[in-house]
Amino acid sequence: MNPEADVLLRLEGVSRSFPGPPEVLALRDADLTVVRGDYVSIMGPSGSGKSTMLNMLGLLDRPTVGRYSLAGQDTAPLKDRDRTRLRGRMIGFVFQSFHLLARRSVLDNVMLSMIYGGVPKAQRRQRAWGALEQVSMTHRAAFYPGTLSGGERQRAAIARAVASEPELLLADEPTGNLDSGTSGEVLEMLEGLNQAGLAVIVVTHDPEIAAAARRRFQMRDGRLKEVL
Amino acid sequence: MTSRKSRDGRFGAGDLLGEAIRGLAGHPGRLALTALTVVLGIGALVATVGFAQTGQRQLEVTFNAVDAVHGVVKPVDDNSGLAGVAPTAVLPWDGDQTAARLNGVNAAGLVSEIDLDNAAISAAPVIDPMAPPTRVPSVMAATPGLIDAVSGILTEGRWLTWFHELESQPVAVLGQGAAELLGVSRVDNQPSVFINGRSYTVIGILEQVERVNGLIDSVIVPQSTARRVFGLEAPDELQVKLKMGAGPMVGDVIATALSPNNPTGYEVLMPLPPSQLRQRVTAEVNSVFVILGLVALVISAVTIAVVTFMSVMERRGEIGLRRALGATRLSIAAQFIAEAAVVGLLGGLTGAAAGILATVALAASRQWTPVLDLRLVGVAALLGCVVGVLAGLLPAVRAGRLEPATALQEGT
Repeated sequence: MNPEADVLLRLEGVSRSFPGPPEVLALRDADLTVVRGDYVSIMGPSGSGKSTMLNMLGLLDRPTVGRYSLAGQDTAPLKDRDRTRLRGRMIGFVFQSFHLLARRSVLDNVMLSMIYGGVPKAQRRQRAWGALEQVSMTHRAAFYPGTLSGGERQRAAIARAVASEPELLLADEPTGNLDSGTSGEVLEMLEGLNQAGLAVIVVTHDPEIAAAARRRFQMRDGRLKEVL
Repeated sequence: MTSRKSRDGRFGAGDLLGEAIRGLAGHPGRLALTALTVVLGIGALVATVGFAQTGQRQLEVTFNAVDAVHGVVKPVDDNSGLAGVAPTAVLPWDGDQTAARLNGVNAAGLVSEIDLDNAAISAAPVIDPMAPPTRVPSVMAATPGLIDAVSGILTEGRWLTWFHELESQPVAVLGQGAAELLGVSRVDNQPSVFINGRSYTVIGILEQVERVNGLIDSVIVPQSTARRVFGLEAPDELQVKLKMGAGPMVGDVIATALSPNNPTGYEVLMPLPPSQLRQRVTAEVNSVFVILGLVALVISAVTIAVVTFMSVMERRGEIGLRRALGATRLSIAAQFIAEAAVVGLLGGLTGAAAGILATVALAASRQWTPVLDLRLVGVAALLGCVVGVLAGLLPAVRAGRLEPATALQEGT
């Protein structure tokens, strides 16, 4: 087996600075390799550069210095349009604040992830339904987000993230707005998805969530360190 | 490169429209208010066109072919009493032939009323003194060209000819009303009428004329006969029938042709060319409402722009999310343009409907026929759409330029 073929993404000496004044170095010389089906957690206090790290991995931001390759492709020379396509195809996002559209049903919200991703129209509903089954939310398909509990909202958001069948799930404080009971549910869901072969990177404050990951990283002042 | 067709699953026109409509449906009140401004603008424009076209058609009905081709020349009324008025001219006896030679004149004829006090007019030579007094027809004199000049139609027999005129023949054409009064219904048995005891052979019955309605109730004799028998001093009026649109041209020269020495002695009434009438009325209607409509459209464009801009700011989270889900800058911008376009189109359609209603209401209130070119209605609805697109352009570009990471962070 060729180990390189298994590499999903690789950061090499990645730094990101925001021009000041004062100039802020949010990410310093980060190295990270994530293989397919990996389960990674990143912990750190506020302002440690977690969000910058996540934006970087999600192709929502570009490194100032260093190299980021995703699925064997160097992302630096990609134009915005191609980065967007790569992001839509490869990466699913789960946010702390869910980002569900309030005036669309749960099913519509899930289907939203497929309208930009090249899924033929006829298949979208079916795949959205399948994704809702994965998170046990089919009974809420016609509901509007406002009528759901926090846990249900996050499950709907997870269904949206996986409906487009990405290879990497980026979860940004997925349990930040949830109580401990529902946090457990969400955690189980992430583990289940990971076991089904999806690479998961979760950024969190919660040590319990972080501990569930196969590999754990700590961020402080823009530096990424693996916790061994 | 990326195909934008929907078939292969890319974000296509169908998806775009669907997203736009759902985006708008989320705020129905805002949608209605924004569209309302477009309704006002497009409505005013469509109503303007409708009013103009309806009025124009009405003009064509009112100023029909008769009015457009008939003219009249008569001496200036000498009872005007105004100082400095040109001395009254007299129509020459051969004025009809002079006029007929003018370019643009199809037919010309002179007509005069003959004043007979207590004339005895009957179809029988002997007057029964015991008979109750009946209504008596009047007597008029005409030249051969008059029948064509006033578009007359005969039911029986024929009109006065040049033979009758030149030889001062004792003949008469009866107007329909006069014929009924005198009990004459056919001319093939050569009936006669008697005016003050003198016999006139009836050669025709006149059923219908334009312009000189008195003819219908009159006994019409040749002009030369009237001069000789009744001492007619001068013709009353010269009736002319013109080629379409020749009114101004003939009007310019006819008085001079009739009386080179005293052309201002005549009152010349010639039709305006139909196109000129149309333009005048259309221009009056248009200038007010078109400006109103355009001002309303500018206001609606500004309103759409502001509302779309608000919408972009409010939906930063959604924009960030869509970008994270794979929407390109172009897809985002296109969605907001589409939303503005749908607002404009809705407003345009509603405005066009309102404009049609206004036109119909106006026409109904005056009992006119509403006329409106339906293609213009389609154009108006499209114009609303175009206003929407133009207004949405700037905010949409702003939306596309939002950084996804920032948008996700700032929006909820």
